[in-house]
Amino acid sequence: MVRELIRRPARPMGPLAGLVARRLALGLLTLFVVSVIIFLGVSLLPGDVATELLGQSATPATVAALRHSLGLDQPLVARYGLWLGGILQGDFGTSLANGRPIGHLVAARFGNTIFLASVAALISVPLSVGLGLLAALYRGSLLDRTINALTLVSISFPEFFLAYILIVILSMQAGLLPSLATLNEGMGLAEQLHRIALPALTLTLVVIAHMMRMTRASILGVLASPFIEMARLKGASPARVIVRHALPNAWSPIINVIVLNLAYLVVGVVVVEVVFVYPGLGQLMVDSVQKRDIPVVQACSLLFAATFVGLNLTADLLSMLANPRLRHAR
Amino acid sequence: MSPGADTRTEKLVAAPRDGAAAGDALRGRGLALVREAPLSAKAGLAFIVLYGLVALTAPLIAPFGESQIVAAQFEPWGYPYLLGTDNLGRDMLTRLIYGARNTIGIAAATTAIAFLVGGTAGLLAAAVGGFLDQAMSRVVDVLMAIPQLVFALLLLAIFGTSIPVLIAVIALLDCTRVFRIARSVAMNVAAMDFVEVARLRGEGLLWILRREILPAVAPTLLAEFGLRFCFVFLFISSLSFLGLGLQPPTADWGSMVRDNATLITYGDLTPLLPAAAIAILTVAINFVVDHILHVAGSRHAR
Repeated sequence: MVRELIRRPARPMGPLAGLVARRLALGLLTLFVVSVIIFLGVSLLPGDVATELLGQSATPATVAALRHSLGLDQPLVARYGLWLGGILQGDFGTSLANGRPIGHLVAARFGNTIFLASVAALISVPLSVGLGLLAALYRGSLLDRTINALTLVSISFPEFFLAYILIVILSMQAGLLPSLATLNEGMGLAEQLHRIALPALTLTLVVIAHMMRMTRASILGVLASPFIEMARLKGASPARVIVRHALPNAWSPIINVIVLNLAYLVVGVVVVEVVFVYPGLGQLMVDSVQKRDIPVVQACSLLFAATFVGLNLTADLLSMLANPRLRHAR
Repeated sequence: MSPGADTRTEKLVAAPRDGAAAGDALRGRGLALVREAPLSAKAGLAFIVLYGLVALTAPLIAPFGESQIVAAQFEPWGYPYLLGTDNLGRDMLTRLIYGARNTIGIAAATTAIAFLVGGTAGLLAAAVGGFLDQAMSRVVDVLMAIPQLVFALLLLAIFGTSIPVLIAVIALLDCTRVFRIARSVAMNVAAMDFVEVARLRGEGLLWILRREILPAVAPTLLAEFGLRFCFVFLFISSLSFLGLGLQPPTADWGSMVRDNATLITYGDLTPLLPAAAIAILTVAINFVVDHILHVAGSRHAR
């Protein structure tokens, strides 16, 4: 399908712009459907928020009054419109558990989660691309086999196991890093980084193997193609072959994997946040599920899902832009 | 739970192969297959059998009752509490043994349901094609656009955390992945001559699915079953660790780690035993799956 689009005679927009526009539209559509699912899921609840809030003993009149004030007596479509409209203006409604506006609750938490995920990404992305390159260069070496073993570990170990092993080694035995990642107001950046070192390290271990393997695989895939053979026959050095000839053509899959792992970082933090008692969105969501504080759960799901869809979209767009064959369309 | 878990079998999916030959290879000579296996696969198989035996015979080999309080909290290792006691004074070893039964049993049931639903739908989509295929694929696309853990948390918040809900929710989320794999493997097979011949011969849809396509895709699906089981198993353990999976007093490895985690702070590693039990089983399954994929791949190459 992509081929067809490329070969079509150039339109005013150009083939790449057309592809990008299509992908953007698809991303927005997905986001819309996701928001509908998150909204509709809640209307499957037996009873509704009003009865949930007031408890079994409430009189029909008070329930009706609350339903009216919450807008629950309006048809489903109108309620969806109100809900989505509010969210687009930053109003997520109020928490059932403590009556506070969810927007405030969520904003700081989401910032913390993004902070943790970014730090983990800053460590893991350069490290895994570099090591993946080396593994491709020295195929079958000790490094290569270590990466395979590490991949097995990251696929088969529960995240909390990795986290506790790190706590035992780095926090209990060596006493280097704190095992609790609580953040306070007015903490300096250095102090914050020290606090989140262990969770960031855990997340790094979880994602790094996959990224290394994909980097290695896509470089090896490119290395098998004729133009690499040609470059070698010309007498280019191995490093030059990799960096100048192979890498530009391998970027597209590598970028894809990196961004997908970033998406995974944002969502995968849930368990890690709970282990280290980190005040992030994941912890908030788990607490709210336990309390069945549905509006907060909805807000958290929507934020997580939007980030996930957004990053997936970015992955596709970037890999389109990084693909030389798409960029220089004939 | 790793981001890579979804893509393991795709190298087999990518290349259309003579799946029927690989199917025969796996079916006809089970014992020889085990004998020829590398050490890692043999060890993996041994561990899987061991876990299975423990799960099946839990009430017979466990020294105490599943939720029986036998002593004070956090007793150290010794006799009669070989691995000490947990945060409520229940025997740790007993909980570990029953945990095998509960966690593995529920993960196996969930994976089986996911395969029954997702696998059937995937094979059907590949064999029928057209509108049915398009409709099912789009639904799966949307379901997969929501991160799995977040979707599960949302559904558990709505429906509560009972075991049937847990199984249904995870099976629903997982069958989307099974659908994708089953569909793409079956697509390759459905385009082959012997399927076309069966169609021209006038065989019905059910025959084509069962007798032509299924045997050819069986090895890949078997390997995928192992991987999906690992995924579901880790997923349930993670949910239990978060306090949203199996509920007390049911023994479960994820919640055992959570409940006794305070011990770790005092340098006692007992709470990590259930986590290690989880890790060993998933590593064992991965070894066996690698071997199955290897055999299925090399039969084709020959």
